[in-house]
Amino acid sequence: MISTPDLSHLRTADYDQVYEPAEDTFILLDALEEDAEGLKAIKPSVCLEIGSGSGCVTSFIGNILGPSVLYLCTDINPYACKCTRWTGIQNKVDINVVNGSLATPFGFRLVRQIDIIVFNPPYVPTSEEEAFGAQISRDIGGAWAGGSDGMQVTNILLNQIEALLSPSGRFYLVALKQNNVPNIIQTMQEAYRLKGEVVLQRRAGREHLFIIRFVRNLS
Amino acid sequence: MVRLITHNLLACHAKDCNTNNFPLAFKDAQLEIREAEFNPEFLKGFLPKIEWTALVDTARQLGDTSLPLEQPEMLDDEFLKNLHHVLLEIHVEEGSMTCPNCGHVYPISNGIPNMLLAEHEIG
Repeated sequence: MISTPDLSHLRTADYDQVYEPAEDTFILLDALEEDAEGLKAIKPSVCLEIGSGSGCVTSFIGNILGPSVLYLCTDINPYACKCTRWTGIQNKVDINVVNGSLATPFGFRLVRQIDIIVFNPPYVPTSEEEAFGAQISRDIGGAWAGGSDGMQVTNILLNQIEALLSPSGRFYLVALKQNNVPNIIQTMQEAYRLKGEVVLQRRAGREHLFIIRFVRNLS
Repeated sequence: MVRLITHNLLACHAKDCNTNNFPLAFKDAQLEIREAEFNPEFLKGFLPKIEWTALVDTARQLGDTSLPLEQPEMLDDEFLKNLHHVLLEIHVEEGSMTCPNCGHVYPISNGIPNMLLAEHEIG
């Protein structure tokens, strides 16, 4: 049993500016915990979380994999970057935070070199204006507003994953039923030969949440 | 904390900036040295991912001359300790990083690099 990271340093006021871990965060933690042995077995050296928010997820992975991994996080929200940094310190996980969009700051240098990529995207279907505005203003709304099918931001990253993932790398994506999970898996297989599999799903209130894990299709 | 391990992985990604966009040059860098736990296994595993010349040049610009110009074949303890210090213990807290190609400036504030681009700068 891997303990949930200590977030006691974050206050209610912090959650006005950064997404507070909720059911979608916890299902992701559960999926990562179930995969703990598999993650250790690929002997990862680089782990990248995109949109790290509070820093809860990377701190959790740090508890699983220990200090022999470089932990990188990006977030467009500068306040989230600070929270990620604090949460890393609080949980003794050495996290390197960059205020940036998706994986773009590392895209040139880490071609096919990232062993673990994790993304809990803004997946909630909203108007496209709301999603676009939230990404531009770089505030907490960017943590959920996902455009008409909730895929506006996710689709950008899906087109970059194949170029980032190491040969034995794994990519974990949080998705909602309305995001059309079978379509995501089929598209990644056809466009990039990445094999996607639902490793965990759960209903939480109105949301039906999925964790999809992608690996390279070696066959 | 922009440590040199992170700096060694960051490149300019402004629109149409695809060559000579690495390494970003530190300017007005305010340094802090913070001890980190020595982990030779991590260093050996990470070494193949490092752009060596960029690391050595950047360390020298920041006043650390402990690393050899050529990456040694023998990874002895002294070398690994120097590498550990350069990669993981030198923190750039304030300052900026400039792209050698297009001149785009990425500021660093409270140890966090701002790699965001404005809408018109995104490729």
